[in-house]
Amino acid sequence: MATGSQVQLEGVVPETRSAPPSATTHRVSQHTVEIVSDSGEGAQKCGQIFGSVSAKMGNGVWTVEIIPAEVQPPPRSAPGASGNRIRIGAQPVTNWGDASDLMIAFNEQVLLGRHQLGALAPNAIVLVDDQWKTHDDERIRAQWQAAMAELGQTGYRLIEVPLEAECLKAGDNARKGKNMFALGLLAWIYDRDLERIREEIAFAFRKKSEEVYQKNVALLELGVAWARQHLDFRFEVPPLPTPEPRLVMNGNQAIAMGAVAAGLELAAMYPITPATSVSHQLGEMCEKFGGVVHQAEDEIAAAGVAIGAGWAGKVAFTITSGTGLALKTEFLGLAVMTETPLVVVDVQRGGPSTGLPTKVEQSDLLTSLYGAPGDAPKIVLAPATIEECFHAMITARRLAETFRAVVMVLTDANLATGVQPFRRPELDPEWLGTALDLSGVPAGLQPYDWDPQTGLSKRFIPGMPGGMHTATGLAHTRASKVAYDTESNQLGMTMRSRKLAVLQSMLQPPAVHGAERGDLLVVGWGSTRGAIEEAVDRARAEGLKVSSTHLTFLSPLQPGLKQVFARFRKVMTVEINYSDDVGDPYITGESRRYGQLAWLLRAHTLVDVDCWTRVLGEPMRPGAILQTIRANVKGGAA
Amino acid sequence: MSTCSLLGCATEDERVFQLSDYEAALPRWCPGCGDHSILSAMQRLLAAEQLKPEQTVFVSGIGCSSRFPHYMKTYGFHGLHGRALPVAEGVKLQRPDLTVFVVMGDGDCTSIGAGHWLHAIRYNMDLTALLLDNNIYGLTKNQTSPTTPQGHTSNTQPYGSYLPALDPISATLGVTNASFVAQTAEWLPSHLYATLRAAYLHQGFSFVRILQRCPVYTPDIFQLAVRDPNRIELLVHDDGVVLPDLDRTYQNQLVHDPSDLDEARRLAEPGDRLRLGVFFRDEKRPRYEDLRRLPKLMGEAKFARLNEELDKYAV
Repeated sequence: MATGSQVQLEGVVPETRSAPPSATTHRVSQHTVEIVSDSGEGAQKCGQIFGSVSAKMGNGVWTVEIIPAEVQPPPRSAPGASGNRIRIGAQPVTNWGDASDLMIAFNEQVLLGRHQLGALAPNAIVLVDDQWKTHDDERIRAQWQAAMAELGQTGYRLIEVPLEAECLKAGDNARKGKNMFALGLLAWIYDRDLERIREEIAFAFRKKSEEVYQKNVALLELGVAWARQHLDFRFEVPPLPTPEPRLVMNGNQAIAMGAVAAGLELAAMYPITPATSVSHQLGEMCEKFGGVVHQAEDEIAAAGVAIGAGWAGKVAFTITSGTGLALKTEFLGLAVMTETPLVVVDVQRGGPSTGLPTKVEQSDLLTSLYGAPGDAPKIVLAPATIEECFHAMITARRLAETFRAVVMVLTDANLATGVQPFRRPELDPEWLGTALDLSGVPAGLQPYDWDPQTGLSKRFIPGMPGGMHTATGLAHTRASKVAYDTESNQLGMTMRSRKLAVLQSMLQPPAVHGAERGDLLVVGWGSTRGAIEEAVDRARAEGLKVSSTHLTFLSPLQPGLKQVFARFRKVMTVEINYSDDVGDPYITGESRRYGQLAWLLRAHTLVDVDCWTRVLGEPMRPGAILQTIRANVKGGAA
Repeated sequence: MSTCSLLGCATEDERVFQLSDYEAALPRWCPGCGDHSILSAMQRLLAAEQLKPEQTVFVSGIGCSSRFPHYMKTYGFHGLHGRALPVAEGVKLQRPDLTVFVVMGDGDCTSIGAGHWLHAIRYNMDLTALLLDNNIYGLTKNQTSPTTPQGHTSNTQPYGSYLPALDPISATLGVTNASFVAQTAEWLPSHLYATLRAAYLHQGFSFVRILQRCPVYTPDIFQLAVRDPNRIELLVHDDGVVLPDLDRTYQNQLVHDPSDLDEARRLAEPGDRLRLGVFFRDEKRPRYEDLRRLPKLMGEAKFARLNEELDKYAV
């Protein structure tokens, strides 16, 4: 996919218009829109509806939430910007892009905040509420002047919009309706289907009165009318050629839907950002499907309930994020030791400690693999797209049961809140698994009758006559008796580890995006796939011999990695976690700490895998990856 | 052995379970440990109630007493220190058809797992929870626990425990939605048995604190009460525990209606005498697993409903 806006716009001084201009429609293959406000002004809802309607109209879409860390930060503060970025395209869109081509800002401070973060393309069009220019408070007027002076130095085209004044035409509380007016502006600029927008508004306010719906529609229409009257540009982003039946939702919703499709019936959780909305979705759905979302008293109890439930019947799952995962660690070790099937969804966020609670990071990989006392082998997989979030739950449930294992599904804040259309799955009844079979245990069988080849054994479930035993977190024998001999612990460890090797033997080597050999191979995992592949495509268009590969399984690692790596002069990971940069004070080849996947791959393949990682609290920008690729292909001595 | 210890019984209903059907490995507790008498009372109870071994689950934490499930020939889950209750709740949520007992020590329940204890009381799931309280950490070799009497010396508090002991009965009675709270003692087998039975029969979270001695670290802790029946006051009521065979020895008896929560809380306050019996019982308290039980959709019906849900997100 090409980058940035494809139209030339005059970057001029702030302007206001009175006479209706004749608008020029610019046809572009993709465009990135951002809408930002103070928290609570509804910019997110505006963005969500715009993204959803664009998907329904056949565009490729990726949306990212812009979330401050607080529920209601002080108004008009640069770090308090709340809203959405929506990237729409004539082809499928796989990531949030580099910068926004058009922005609507409800005040100049949130605009300034986004500008300072480099969120805007150099020639972006910016529509900003002008009420602050003439505000009663002298300090606010001064802030406006200063901000607009700074922004006037850029190449942006700044357009002042009487957002508040126009909204007052539809009612006395403009603060509550500006988002719908803004949606009207976007609807006209991008020629969105108003009927679909009205449907989305009706759905969004389905729990409110008809009057609320009518008022929001009136504001929408005011926005459309103002835009038609005052703007001299429109953008046409053509739809995909033949859109197949698709769904549009965020990653947490996909996880919840996937859990139902996988036959998972019990989710135990404790509220934690950004994982919680999975349980919001499930909580609503469970009333219809008969499952249970148990909000436990803490993260530890949530793991314990899921383990107890999974031990006594069908696999259960727990949902958490970084700090919550840390609390669950002891229980995960117990599930491994007792070979109790369990699915753990970890929606990764920035760490350590409370870190960046609303923002993306890929920092729980090594914790997932090794973050337990003793050797506790688990299956770890990482969906790379929202579609994969759905299917990962089905895979995870099945693997947990087949291997009597803990399966970790690592997503992140980018997938959790990002919205993307994907192919609608055709539901397969086999996904649900089989009903609980409590028939008697054949005489002579033991609760850990490990197959010496595979380490697999049949699970005894309460209710099965003849299967009575006590599962224990102590080292135990095949009979689940506390082991007092010297060999049982060695055997149990061997058998639990063997299961991962068996799973690896069933996996395929990862596919390579781009040519099978070349100068540089970029390796990624999880939500960065879209950005990495876009960067690789752009680099290849420049003639660079670069390819990428993306790992779905992190434990066990997919087979054949060493052979794939051997076909490239250099291999490096791109990850959203911390690593030292060589050349920084004290950082040498010997002292350097690597990114988590790089660390793992180095140990696993003995290849000198390099890494480039950033922890900016935002998804990877394809342009930034492209720069890294250029530096490593041209300057990189492999 | 019962007629049905081997597999292949014609119908389950024909099975008759003997005491031995509930006996697993020989316990490895110290001679004289109170756990022994609790284990045999429990095995008697299961035989008397004819609980099917495969439908019965014992969940425990970590500590001497948490080895309990290993010695029962039922299903058992011997998990983490302090975390028996969440596991038991998961079992019950998933399988309301199972009879679930929870065995915890004083460190387990009142210290490292105290958060779960509080919430388990409030969930009021149909679990029989036993606190085997010997006032000390035994397995880790003599450390002070929250229920260690003030002044009692241990390896961690060699000059005597600094704080007044936590009273698990008062604490439990203080929690919203408590539904069964009783206290008994390991050295009074008939009272122990009758209390366990009342707890088992109660529908809801039955909390039983069992006073017991550790023969190694707290052998004398209840010695005054063991030797002098006057130091004990039995709470008696038709709705609680009544044991005529104890009348001659234990003449301090107080008729206490277990439905009276205020009186229960007053009686739980520490005094000169140890009070044993049912402090409180109310079967009408809401039970979490009943509130959360929903008809489950299976197979095609489930997918039809899921497709309706997906339609909302269709483009």
